[in-house]
Amino acid sequence: MPTFTYLEAISDALRFEMKRDESVFLLGEDIAEYGGAFKITKGFLEEFGRGRVQNMPISETAILGAAVGAALNGMRPVAEMQFMDFVTNGFNQLVNVAAMTAYRWGIGVPMVVRGPSGGGVGGGPFHSRNSEAWFAHTPGIKVVCPAFPADAKGLMMSAIRDNNPVVFYEHKGLYRKIREEVPEGEYIVPLGEARIVREGRDASIITYGSMVHESLAAAEELEKDGASVEVVDIRTLIPFDEATVLASVKKTGRVLVAHEATLTGGFGGEIAARIADKAFEYLDAPVKRVAAFDSPTPFAPTLEKEVLPDKGKILAELRNLLAY
Amino acid sequence: MKTKAATQAGAKNGRRTAKNTSKDTQHSALLSDEQRKSIFLHMLQAREFDMAMLRLYRQGRAFGGVYSQIGNEATAVGSAFALRESDALFPMHRDIGAHFVRGQSLEALMLNHTAREGSMMRGTDGTGHYADVSKKLYGNVSHLGAMIPVAAGYVLAAKMRGEDTVAMTYIGDGGSQVGDFHEAMNLAAVHKLPLILIVENNQYAYSTPNTEEFACARLSDRAIGYGCYGETIDGTDVELVYSTCLKAVERARAGEGPSIIETVTMRMRGHAEHDDARYVPKELVGEWEAKDPIAQYQAFLLKKKILTEPEIETIRKDLAEEMNRAIDDAMAKPYPPAEEGRKNVFVD
Repeated sequence: MPTFTYLEAISDALRFEMKRDESVFLLGEDIAEYGGAFKITKGFLEEFGRGRVQNMPISETAILGAAVGAALNGMRPVAEMQFMDFVTNGFNQLVNVAAMTAYRWGIGVPMVVRGPSGGGVGGGPFHSRNSEAWFAHTPGIKVVCPAFPADAKGLMMSAIRDNNPVVFYEHKGLYRKIREEVPEGEYIVPLGEARIVREGRDASIITYGSMVHESLAAAEELEKDGASVEVVDIRTLIPFDEATVLASVKKTGRVLVAHEATLTGGFGGEIAARIADKAFEYLDAPVKRVAAFDSPTPFAPTLEKEVLPDKGKILAELRNLLAY
Repeated sequence: MKTKAATQAGAKNGRRTAKNTSKDTQHSALLSDEQRKSIFLHMLQAREFDMAMLRLYRQGRAFGGVYSQIGNEATAVGSAFALRESDALFPMHRDIGAHFVRGQSLEALMLNHTAREGSMMRGTDGTGHYADVSKKLYGNVSHLGAMIPVAAGYVLAAKMRGEDTVAMTYIGDGGSQVGDFHEAMNLAAVHKLPLILIVENNQYAYSTPNTEEFACARLSDRAIGYGCYGETIDGTDVELVYSTCLKAVERARAGEGPSIIETVTMRMRGHAEHDDARYVPKELVGEWEAKDPIAQYQAFLLKKKILTEPEIETIRKDLAEEMNRAIDDAMAKPYPPAEEGRKNVFVD
C-alpha cells in the first residue's frame, strides 16, 4: 500500500474518478497549468486535457452556477474554491439553487465543491474560515470534513459518486502534515459513517477535521494519567451518524465535542443537543464543547493560537470533565 | 469582436417610450404560415393563462404571488420559438409564453401554480419555478440572475461532449443589476458558450424605473464589455423577436459565442397583483397599450390573410374552454399529502 499525504490522497481520488467516469470534470481558478493554489490538480491538465480541467475567471457565482448547470446536463463537476472562504461569493448558487433542486424538481445535482479551509497556518481572517455549519444548516447539501488521508480519498470518491451537492472541506493545515497508508485504486468510504479512531472507556470526544488529531494527542497524554478516552471522528456532518455517537456516549457517560470552527452556532451545538436529547440518562457530566473563540481568525501567531482550539485546550476541558 | 450597437427601439437615457419604437410589425420571411399560427396560439395561451390566474387571485383561489406577463407575450414566445427541441430553455417568471412553445399544457401549469396534488413540484414550490426535463425546460428561482450561470454551465457540459445544444435564458431590467449577470456573461464569452440572454426591459424593477437602475443607454451595450454580441429590439413585435433570436441561436451554434438581446417592452400591470403600480405614469401605459403584442400580431395575421376573424374567434373560444377545464380540474384536486413536505430533500 502506498503512503500518501492528505493532499496526495485527494489528488489520487480525483484522478481515479476522472479516469473511471468521463462525466467527472474539474473547474476552478488556476487549476489547469498552475495545478491549483495548493497543487491538488498538478499534472491533471496534461493527463486529462483542457476540456476536463477548466480554468475559470475569478467568479465564484459563475463557477458554482456553471457546476449546477453542468450537473443538470449529465456531468459530475468538481468545483474548486481556491480557499473555502471564497465560497461566500457563490453562496446563493449553493444554498438557493443546488440545495433546493432535489426537493423542488426531484432531480439530483451531482456536484462537489471542494477546497482548503481551516486555520493555524497564519492565513488571517479571509483564508482560515471553517464554515461547514452554514451548509450543515442548509437542507439539501451534504457536508464532508475528513481528517486522514485514507478517509479523504474514500470520502472524495463517495462525494463524486453521490447524486447530491456535496461540500467537501479539506483542512489546509493537514495537506502536507500527515501521511499514512492509503488503499490503491477504488476505495470508498460511505458518507454518513463515523469512525471510532481511538477506543476508550472513561470519556468520548466527538470531533472532526483538524481537531481529530488534537483530540488524539490529548487522549494519548491522558493515557499516562490512567484515563481511557475514546475519540469518534464523525467524518461527515451531513449525513450525521448519530447512532455511532450515541453508542460511544452511552459507553463512556462523559462527552466532549470539539471542532475548530467558532463555538456559537457551530455544529458542535447540534451534536450536544442530540446527545442531551437521546442519551441524557447515560450522562455523568454536562456535555462540554471545545471550539474556536467567537471571533474572526486573526493573523498574528499569538492571536491565532489564542482563539483556535488545540490539544492543550482539549486536555484542560477533558480533565474537568473527568473530575466532574 | 462582434458587438453590434444597433438599436431598433428608441432609447432616451434609459426610459423607453412606445412612440420611438418601430410601429410596423416586422415579419420574418423565415416563418411558414403554420408556424405563425402556432406562435399566435402560444401568445394567446400565455394571455389566457395570465387572465385565469388574475381571476383566481381576485377570487381568493390562488395564493402566493401572481406575476402577470401581459405585454411580454411577443418576447417570450418569439425567443423560445427560435430554439430546437434539443436546446435548453431557462425562463423567468414572466415567460409563461415560452413554456407553451416547449409544449407545456395549461393543465400542468395550472396544477403547479395552484399547488395541487399531482403538480410537477408536488406542492414544494409554485409559479414557473418547475423543471420539465422532457421539454428541457428549467424554471427560475426567485433570486434574480441565478439561472444565467446555470444555463452557461448547461451548455458548457454540452460543448464538452461535442453537442451543439444552445441554452436560452432571460433576465429583466431589474435582474440585470445582479452580479450573476456579469459573471455568467463574462464566463460565457470567455468560453464562447452557446448562450442567449434575453434581457426583458419592461421599464420597471418592481417600482424602480430604468433611470434609477442603470446609467448605460441600452442594456445590450454591456455586450461590448464582454466581447459578445448585443442588440436592442422592440419586444412587442413577435416576428422581430423571433428573427433576432434565430440569428443569435445560429451564431451560438456556429461557435461564435453568446448574445445579449434586449427586448424593450412594458410591464402592463404591477410587479405582482398586490401592487397597483400607481408609480407608473398613466400616459406611458397608454402608449404601450397601443402596442399590445397580441393585437399587433393579430392585425398582421388578418392583413396577410393567414387567419380570418371567425378562425381567431374559434381559437380564442376553444382556448377559453380549455382553460376553464384546467381550472376546474385543478380546483377539484386537493393539496398534496402533508408528508410530501418531508420527501426528496436529497435524491438517492
